[in-house]
Amino acid sequence: MEKTILIEIRDVSKAFKGTKVLQGINLDIHDKEFITLLGPSGCGKTTTLRIIGGFETPDEGTVMFEGEDMSNIPPYHRNVNTVFQKYALFPHLNVYDNIAFGLRIKKIPKDEIASRVEEMLQMTSLVGFEKRQISTLSGGQQQRVAIARALINKPKVLLLDEPLGALDLKLRKDMQNELKRIQHLTGITFIYVTHVQEEALSMSDTVVVMADGKIQQIGTPEDIYNEPTNAFVADFIGESNILDGTMVADFQARFAGKTFPCVDSGFEPGESVDIVIRPEDVDVVPANSSQLTGTVTSVTFKGDYYEIIVDVCGFKWMIETSDYVAPETCIGLKIDPDAIHVMKKSEYSGRFGDYSTFSEEAEELSDPNYGIEPEEDTPDDE
Amino acid sequence: MTSNPVSPVKKSPIRHFRLANLRSLGILTPHIVWCVIFIVVPLLFVLYYTFTDRNGAFTTDNLQFLGTPEILRCFGLSIVYALVATAVCLLLAYPLALAISKLKSNHQSLATLLLMLPMWVSFIIRTYTLKNIFNDNGIINQIIAMLGGGEVKFLGQSWLIILGMVYDFLPYMVMPIVTVLTGIDPKLNEAAEDLGYSPFRAFLHVTLPLSRAGIISGITMVFVPCVSTFYISSTLSGGTVTLIGDKIESAFLSNSNFQQGSAMSFVLMILILISILVMNKFGDKESEELLA
Repeated sequence: MEKTILIEIRDVSKAFKGTKVLQGINLDIHDKEFITLLGPSGCGKTTTLRIIGGFETPDEGTVMFEGEDMSNIPPYHRNVNTVFQKYALFPHLNVYDNIAFGLRIKKIPKDEIASRVEEMLQMTSLVGFEKRQISTLSGGQQQRVAIARALINKPKVLLLDEPLGALDLKLRKDMQNELKRIQHLTGITFIYVTHVQEEALSMSDTVVVMADGKIQQIGTPEDIYNEPTNAFVADFIGESNILDGTMVADFQARFAGKTFPCVDSGFEPGESVDIVIRPEDVDVVPANSSQLTGTVTSVTFKGDYYEIIVDVCGFKWMIETSDYVAPETCIGLKIDPDAIHVMKKSEYSGRFGDYSTFSEEAEELSDPNYGIEPEEDTPDDE
Repeated sequence: MTSNPVSPVKKSPIRHFRLANLRSLGILTPHIVWCVIFIVVPLLFVLYYTFTDRNGAFTTDNLQFLGTPEILRCFGLSIVYALVATAVCLLLAYPLALAISKLKSNHQSLATLLLMLPMWVSFIIRTYTLKNIFNDNGIINQIIAMLGGGEVKFLGQSWLIILGMVYDFLPYMVMPIVTVLTGIDPKLNEAAEDLGYSPFRAFLHVTLPLSRAGIISGITMVFVPCVSTFYISSTLSGGTVTLIGDKIESAFLSNSNFQQGSAMSFVLMILILISILVMNKFGDKESEELLA
């Protein structure tokens, strides 16, 4: 693609009180791109955003904006605006004055301010709300004011820090569409921070998956979903069965005690690997017609499909199927070659992908030693 | 998504309201009794003495007495001293409050404690101490003498009276401002900087207007005791400066002239009431806007 690079992040590291929150971040952000930094709480996504906004300075590395080093440029001289996590609207000003705030400092004539505020009100469907005080607005309305206030300065880049975190599910979906529409309309680069994978996949041109202060994978939503680079990404994006396996030869993967044909190649023969199989890619067949059999341990009705957990020699698989299967029955699992995704081993191997529990959190809940850590970014929980 | 800008008005549940009222009346009884005995009744006495002579007959002589140049001068002087002291308090308190509000919460409690510590001592003792420090043979003059200087007359200088008022009442200005500043989301300043405001301009356009309520209550809490104070001025001036509070004190205690004392108190109370109303007008505008 002939897209121009707008922001270059090079070898950026950052620590708070000796705790490394970012380590060797390298990222190119292109003009007019909708890029999402996705990761769990504490992964460093918000810190990355704050470094781009100028609210934090990196300990190491550089941030270049259109080829210019931004290290010593304060936030108020950057051509970047932010939609803050809880909006940070000015409670002493009404909707109009909040939106006009960024123009007031720039010696712009009053009638131009009025026309630009009007333009923003129309774009965010807030016409008629000009005189309203912020405290009288709903979360969704405050959200729009925050977007209008940031966009009126016509920034090159809009930073959005979990902007939908405080909204309920349906409204969040509407706002996703709305943000997408506004981004197309304005042609402004959006850098979006979220811990909700569904938001990242449905809105972004590019998704940057982060964990433990490092970038795990950069790619289109399809790439990230279909070709995760390691167990963390596979587990964080969608549901995955992640198994320990070996590459017997090219196009031959061995896991769960059996060898399966697959579409991956280029590994050393006998190399130990992680195997990812998405729940929707496994077909349920009679036990006698498959080389992989297991016992159904639980069945959950999900509306358009059943989510079943199958115990195959002690490893719990998650399978999504449209046909009901009774618990305690023995079934066969059919896996097509293109449903098998092979990944190199990583530090995350073995930590994810067994469905004895659904989340790390469930395990953390029963671990009294887990976690009182200084949180640098605190997204609202689901 | 469309939303109606006019929010529906909820009907108040009258029955519950009355029930709650009745209950709170029971709880409030001791307070009401207290207020009547110690506030309402004394005020009625003030009103009675203001409009009667020594024989109990109705008169406006007491109020006419207030028109004499000497009393008018005392009123004027009291207001000027109180205004200056309040202004000095505000100028000192705001940066201090800003610094305290930026501290971590445990350091903040410590700073607040240090600030309030002098308030554990009666202001009369504190003022008396101040007098001893600045006395003709006080510590400062002793130091000056040791350095070979001549005695300096501090008592009676206007700035010393202002200093006394500021010293006694500064915490009343700091505390409400600290409270308000602590409540301001630091993200708001970040938002202003994000929108092109330098930290100083962000302060002017965000922090300052948002701390208005604290400033107003601080001003009220300092101005009112300053304008009516009777001890600070007489002590620190060595008796040369007489403010209206001193006049009231001597009317009651030295001259046993309850009528003139009440008249001065009555007018002073009305002046204070007016100034509070004016101050609240500033505050109300804000809260009205927020509620509108």
